[in-house]
Amino acid sequence: MTHQADFAAALFDPARPCPSGLRAWNGSDPALRHAVHRNNVVVSLVDALADTFPVVRELVGADFFAAMARDFVCAQPPRSPVLALYGGALPAFIEQFAPAAAVPCLADMARLEHARVRACHAADAPALGATAVAARLARPDALPGARLALHPSASIVVSPHAVVSLWAAHQGSGDEIERVELDRPESALVLREGEDAVVVAIDRPTAHWLQQLAAGAALADAACAVPQLDLAAAFGVLLRHPALTAWEEP
Amino acid sequence: MPQPRRHADAPVGVGFKPQHLADLLAGNAVDFVEVHAENCMVAGGPVLARLARVREHCALSLHGVGLSIGGAQPLDEAHLDRLAALVERFEPRWFSEHLAWSSHGGTYCNDLLPLPYDAATLARVCEHVDRLQQRLRRRVLLENPSTYVEFEASTLGEAEFLSDVVARTGCGLLLDVNNAYVSAVNHGRDARAFIDALPADAVGEIHLAGYAEDRDAAGDRLLIDTHGAPVAEAVWALYRHAVARCGPQPTLIERDHDVPVFGVLAAEARRAGHAMGEVLATGSELAA
Repeated sequence: MTHQADFAAALFDPARPCPSGLRAWNGSDPALRHAVHRNNVVVSLVDALADTFPVVRELVGADFFAAMARDFVCAQPPRSPVLALYGGALPAFIEQFAPAAAVPCLADMARLEHARVRACHAADAPALGATAVAARLARPDALPGARLALHPSASIVVSPHAVVSLWAAHQGSGDEIERVELDRPESALVLREGEDAVVVAIDRPTAHWLQQLAAGAALADAACAVPQLDLAAAFGVLLRHPALTAWEEP
Repeated sequence: MPQPRRHADAPVGVGFKPQHLADLLAGNAVDFVEVHAENCMVAGGPVLARLARVREHCALSLHGVGLSIGGAQPLDEAHLDRLAALVERFEPRWFSEHLAWSSHGGTYCNDLLPLPYDAATLARVCEHVDRLQQRLRRRVLLENPSTYVEFEASTLGEAEFLSDVVARTGCGLLLDVNNAYVSAVNHGRDARAFIDALPADAVGEIHLAGYAEDRDAAGDRLLIDTHGAPVAEAVWALYRHAVARCGPQPTLIERDHDVPVFGVLAAEARRAGHAMGEVLATGSELAA
């Protein structure tokens, strides 16, 4: 192992000894000094995750979150110096993290929060306004074959838990936290509106329909794939939120 | 209302924080801001929109924290491309990076890690600085680090090492006076002698920041470069020494933790401006 490989490995593994070849001017044990770096690395990355996942942190408490995030950081350290999207693997990590099993919605809440961060930093692109969407809806003959492009900031979160209501409650904008029925399935369209990453509650058929559209399906094919779809309600979402960048008619 | 500065002979600035945007744009309390390049490496959205507004308002220093110039492996060309794209788009007045490493084997450590100062490291750092300057098509400033450990393998002092990098690559120096102080205390050295041993002409920017204080295993002072406190008085005194030696330089107040309101940081920046003016007017680094 090269010295830097050894040094880096020791940063993420508290069980590894301090790297060799270090010294201090006063002959003191360099391990304590090396620990400054260990602390810098882990604390800064745990803090970065706390910024990205504030509701996950509130749900489990600061201490539990810090311990879980430390385990994640050491297991899956960043692969890039660009940390804006670090933590995309945290939801899957949470699913495997036994102590978090008592909070079944935690992984999906992490998915929702990471979707918000992705929405915030996604590419800029002019969105089709309500007028443009309405104009296309007014041409029914062209609807079945139309293909829609979702805005780069848009993503869909589907959960068996009430993560949308719970997230809203934590923003102070929905029900009280205690009143959220956690076992109710919920879905969301997450996207950027202005400078804000917003969470739009949608029903599950609409979520699946949007996923079909995002995968490139034509409107009619996407609708056929989702039998329970309330098409008027689904179009309503597209009229109210800047979720589309293109609407190609056949 | 922001007070215009009266005595600065070089621009003063603060590290940019999004929560300070409105206050920054409302006046001319500082001459420039510095942003960490890696924080701006996003596809779009408010981060870049804010940076564009800031750039219209005042000069910009782009400060890289993740290139790993001291890395044992070749520079990350994809990261160089991202840096070059930012430099091209936002045309910063200064670009700086660190004498440190932060990535190895595809893992990014998110800290500025120390290097042995020997001939092999010197050759590698020079090669990387050459590549960086070639890719960005400009002279870059290399920052002296805060360090906590030294290496048995080191054969050169830090000032000698930096002087050699400057001589071989033509890069400039970002003199972080807080780092100079922190490292001097941590290694039982004289911070003034460190500054005196640098090539004064190469210094193109100065950083000031606050540190935290700890103790090492022998009970001696161990200072931690936290950017979480006001600039210490000992660092202000060392700053005056640096100005006396290197002349007035663009000076930046860094603050990344326990960030106060904009006015508090701007006041520290103005203090740097006054100090530069005084040192220049009196010819003495001693405070009036």
